[in-house]
Amino acid sequence: MSVPGPTHEPLTDEARAQARQTRRSWLLSIPALALLIFAASGPLVIVLVYSFLTPGDYSGVKWEPTLDAWISILFSVDIFDGTLGLADAHLSIFWRSVSLSVLTTLITFLLGFPTAYFIATREASQRNMWLFLITIPFWTNLLIRTFAIMEVIRNNGLINTALMKLGLISEPIQILYTDTAVLIGMAYVYLPLMVLPLYAALERFDFRLVEAGYDLYANRWKVLRKVILPLVKPGIVAGSILVFMPSLGAYVTPRVLGGGKHMMIGSFIELQFGQGRNWPLGASLSMLLLLIVGIGLIFYVRTMSREKPHD
Amino acid sequence: MAANPAIETQNLSKIFGSGDGEVRALDDVSLVIGENEFFTLLGPSGCGKTTLLRLIAGFETATSGRLMLYGKDISDEPPYRRSINTVFQSYALFPHLTVAQNIAFGLEMLDRPKAEISRTVEEMLAMVRMEPMADRQTGEISGGQQQRVALARALAPHPKVLLLDEPLSALDLKLRKEMQRELKRLQVETGITFVFVTHDQEEALTMSDRIAVMNAGKPLQVGSPREIYDTPSNRFVAGFIGESNFLDAIISQANGERARLVMPGGTEVEAILPAHAPKSGAVTVAIRPEHIELLPESAPGTISGTVTETVYFGTDTHTHLQLENGETVVVRQPATREGQATREQGERVGIRFAEGAARVMDDTP
Repeated sequence: MSVPGPTHEPLTDEARAQARQTRRSWLLSIPALALLIFAASGPLVIVLVYSFLTPGDYSGVKWEPTLDAWISILFSVDIFDGTLGLADAHLSIFWRSVSLSVLTTLITFLLGFPTAYFIATREASQRNMWLFLITIPFWTNLLIRTFAIMEVIRNNGLINTALMKLGLISEPIQILYTDTAVLIGMAYVYLPLMVLPLYAALERFDFRLVEAGYDLYANRWKVLRKVILPLVKPGIVAGSILVFMPSLGAYVTPRVLGGGKHMMIGSFIELQFGQGRNWPLGASLSMLLLLIVGIGLIFYVRTMSREKPHD
Repeated sequence: MAANPAIETQNLSKIFGSGDGEVRALDDVSLVIGENEFFTLLGPSGCGKTTLLRLIAGFETATSGRLMLYGKDISDEPPYRRSINTVFQSYALFPHLTVAQNIAFGLEMLDRPKAEISRTVEEMLAMVRMEPMADRQTGEISGGQQQRVALARALAPHPKVLLLDEPLSALDLKLRKEMQRELKRLQVETGITFVFVTHDQEEALTMSDRIAVMNAGKPLQVGSPREIYDTPSNRFVAGFIGESNFLDAIISQANGERARLVMPGGTEVEAILPAHAPKSGAVTVAIRPEHIELLPESAPGTISGTVTETVYFGTDTHTHLQLENGETVVVRQPATREGQATREQGERVGIRFAEGAARVMDDTP
């Protein structure tokens, strides 16, 4: 502690205090930073290194550097003539993951936008209650909720029993263990992640602009397209990324509702570290997933920074 | 008023809420607004003027009554099918569009040809003197400029009627005066019917062809600024537009448009008796402060009172008096070259009304 005396310039004192303050706040963040470096970056480096190694005989890796894992993501070696062909099985898993994630994002947007619009147009005092209701599903474990959905859609579950009792169908509709089941499950799980950022954007939206749109000959559809959607775009992009990214890597929902046949990247990666005993392939797939997600984030940041001057 | 009515409201009522919370915002309003008119709805906040404007725009639907645009019933038309545009109090410019894109919005929604749109946008930019700002974002321009863009945006589709909802209230005094002249110029230039909402009597008097003074969901008097100011027909209008003194009186003799009144204290005065005013009994008489003469107490035919306060304004002097029955009166005397003999507090004086200046009000006390 320095006592301000006649020899000290007041400004210098202030600057020193400032510097001390900055140093101290850095100290405060060290435990969190250490945890992040230790728990996030560390394992990530290990995964990156493993992706360039050879699979061990039983599991684990052998310290022989190779690009085999990366190549085998897209190509498979023909066992007869040794030529490289496209790995159809891998590609179809990728395709299913991406297309189901895109569909999930789309469904959550179509369901989430009206919901968010509804909440944002309620009286201020009621909005918190509605938001609270949106978060209720988070109170229960994901696995339990997924099994609950299974109970609803399985062959002798709620939907099929009801439809058969009503005489609308004679045989149960196979929903469980199809892509539809995965879609229903993922849309349900990720819906709040779409609603919340959409709500945040709509809550800031000035609804007087809607009247201005009507006044200037725009009907409801045109007001939505030309006024509301462009102005809540940051919320749409944020919601889409929040849904798309975890959908792509989803593990529990596709595993439980899609069964073994309808694999997505998440289950496929798990397979490599388990029964597949191909740790380098699992590692390279994980890195690829990270890359796709990273590209998504860059897209998000760029959209945001382009929006900025409008605010 | 022009011969051709642009807007006609027939027994228009609007009730918000229901049961105990019921608010009658508009009460059986029948008004005719002529083509090319600068028509002003003037009244205090909550008088229903904004509700009437929103009904004409189509943002609200009437509880009962009809709304006609050039003889056609538009009561059930949505706002986007009415050839009526609005300049909003908050401007409500689209923040994601540039100045030029904002102005083009209405024309684009009407699917006008591209060439026509860009030509009209140029014209509008020139008309409101915003050409250099065409490509600016709306957040980058000043309040006065936003106001002009809002005007240009509403005028671009060349609506049959332009509604203006207190558009000048957010501007500072100097800019407001400038925009008042600008608005009047635009109205004359475009020949579009303007319906202007304001609570500012001066704004209403300087710009309007006709004014409807509203209170409690009803228009109380409709007329030219001069009619409204010189011949207010009821207490509210006389008090809201300019200043008025209101005094109790009893009609002793009614004779066509004139009446002899007995004032408190027994003095007899003559007053204008409008057609709708009561013809006998106790009435309220209104008199402007500048139409009262201050005389010595002993002067014949005066009402006597005591000076309670004298306020000097430079251009004129306001003298506050208390009459013998407790009523207060303000007298305004313009400053003369010779200067005015100011009355001392407590001085006894007599007042006399200028010829034809006192008016009996429609509403009895």
